[in-house]
Amino acid sequence: MDDKELDALIDIGAKIYGFNVKPDWRAAVKMHLTICLGHAETVLAAAISDHVDPAPVFRA
Amino acid sequence: MSDWTTGTVLAAAIAAGQTTAKATIEACLTRIETLNPKLNAFTAVTAERARIRAAAVDADIASGLPPGPLAGVPFAVKNLIDIAGITTVAGSKINRTYPPAASDAPLVQRLEAAGAILVGALNMGEYAYDFTGENAHDGNCRNPHDTARMTGGSSSGSGSAVGGGLVPITLGSDTNGSIRVPASFNGVFGLKPTYGRLTRAGSFPFVSSLDHLGPLCRSVSDLAVTYDAMQGADPNDPVCTGQIDPIMPLLDNGIAGLRVAKAGGFFRAGAAAEALIALDSIAAALGAEAEVEIPDTTIARSAAYIITATEGAALHLPRLRSCPDDFDPDVRDRLLAGALIPAAAVTQAQKFRRLYRQRVLALFDSVDAILAPATPCVAPKIGQRTFVLDGTEMPVRPNIGLYTQPISFIGLPVIAVPVPTAIGMPIGVQIIAPPWREDIAFRIARALEVSGAVRTLTPKL
Repeated sequence: MDDKELDALIDIGAKIYGFNVKPDWRAAVKMHLTICLGHAETVLAAAISDHVDPAPVFRA
Repeated sequence: MSDWTTGTVLAAAIAAGQTTAKATIEACLTRIETLNPKLNAFTAVTAERARIRAAAVDADIASGLPPGPLAGVPFAVKNLIDIAGITTVAGSKINRTYPPAASDAPLVQRLEAAGAILVGALNMGEYAYDFTGENAHDGNCRNPHDTARMTGGSSSGSGSAVGGGLVPITLGSDTNGSIRVPASFNGVFGLKPTYGRLTRAGSFPFVSSLDHLGPLCRSVSDLAVTYDAMQGADPNDPVCTGQIDPIMPLLDNGIAGLRVAKAGGFFRAGAAAEALIALDSIAAALGAEAEVEIPDTTIARSAAYIITATEGAALHLPRLRSCPDDFDPDVRDRLLAGALIPAAAVTQAQKFRRLYRQRVLALFDSVDAILAPATPCVAPKIGQRTFVLDGTEMPVRPNIGLYTQPISFIGLPVIAVPVPTAIGMPIGVQIIAPPWREDIAFRIARALEVSGAVRTLTPKL
């Protein structure tokens, strides 16, 4: 994602969630978002069978 | 008794009448008063409570009641663990407006039932989203081996207080490495038990999928006694299984027949010379020549990162909306970014968690334990924002837990053991065991301690 796209994602996310990203926070948020999206890309690229169950915490 | 006497030795001396709980607690409170201004490890000292409790322990011993295995031993807890009458701030400014905890967390209750005496609450990175030990509200916690350096986090005070000899035992939490990183930087033993082993009830959460509680100590015996005292079921933590496997009867069983290997690949790339020398020295002391490749570690770390960022953001969303200025900026900016991760990546990360568990457990068919660095380097300087890993300059805060994150991701039990280095700062090595086999990690740690290959240092403060 380029800088403009990151800004757009931050703006729409802030609107959806109802939080404010002040101008002097934006560079740091953008840096962390870039790291997060890199990790998301790694995870989404992993080959995982349709039949693997997610592993969140739950016991019926 | 010196400031460096371990908890089990102290308890034996108190039980034998060689000293008293009262004298022990007074000495401990004096040391905290003297050294805390340098280390900033404690955020609250429960002196009056400790004195009352010490008198009760001494009275029990005088009347012939059996003293517990930790009789009269001072301990302190990361300030995300409930202490009755004190607000659980979790390293934050925001939680200071919350009411005081109504009761002690179960782990505090269990340690006191074993005779230990709580002396206070400890500094930590805000809301446990931290590997540095820096805190904008309470001030940075400082490393007892060099006060210009980080303690590591987020259990910063837990590492610093034990490393500096303020108390022999502390409790911390570990979501991605927050016990093992401070254990490494402060040169102490740290246990992250199997996920679901110790109850987390009465602690402020961070990432429920990954949160663990555990002890930091100056000896393997202290770690074992403390751990045994805390095991048990708790219906108030849906993750806690209640499986109890006491360690003390097995601690000196030796390591004959155990197959130990070093982790290669991911766990060597990026490590500084000190981390690799420490790892290799521990492996040599154990005769562990084999190297194993833990598969898909890069994906595992990314998945842990995604789950942490999104669960953390979801947890704090109401506070991010209502009072974002009251966060530590370094934490707030990461939480805001975490809220923007696509949901599909989170589900995929949780699916990968199950797959990765199967793949790593298969490795334990051929080995009983795996050694890996706890941190890629010794403690960085406080305020340092970047470091170089594997030739790439990276931000310090998200990357100190590079080698711990893929292990806690699937809840494996780990003991971080302290290794002195030629540059004067300690560094930790992880002893990683299969789920529910803390006993293996303990037996190896004990053998290394007896051989002198691992040991805590006594910094001049």
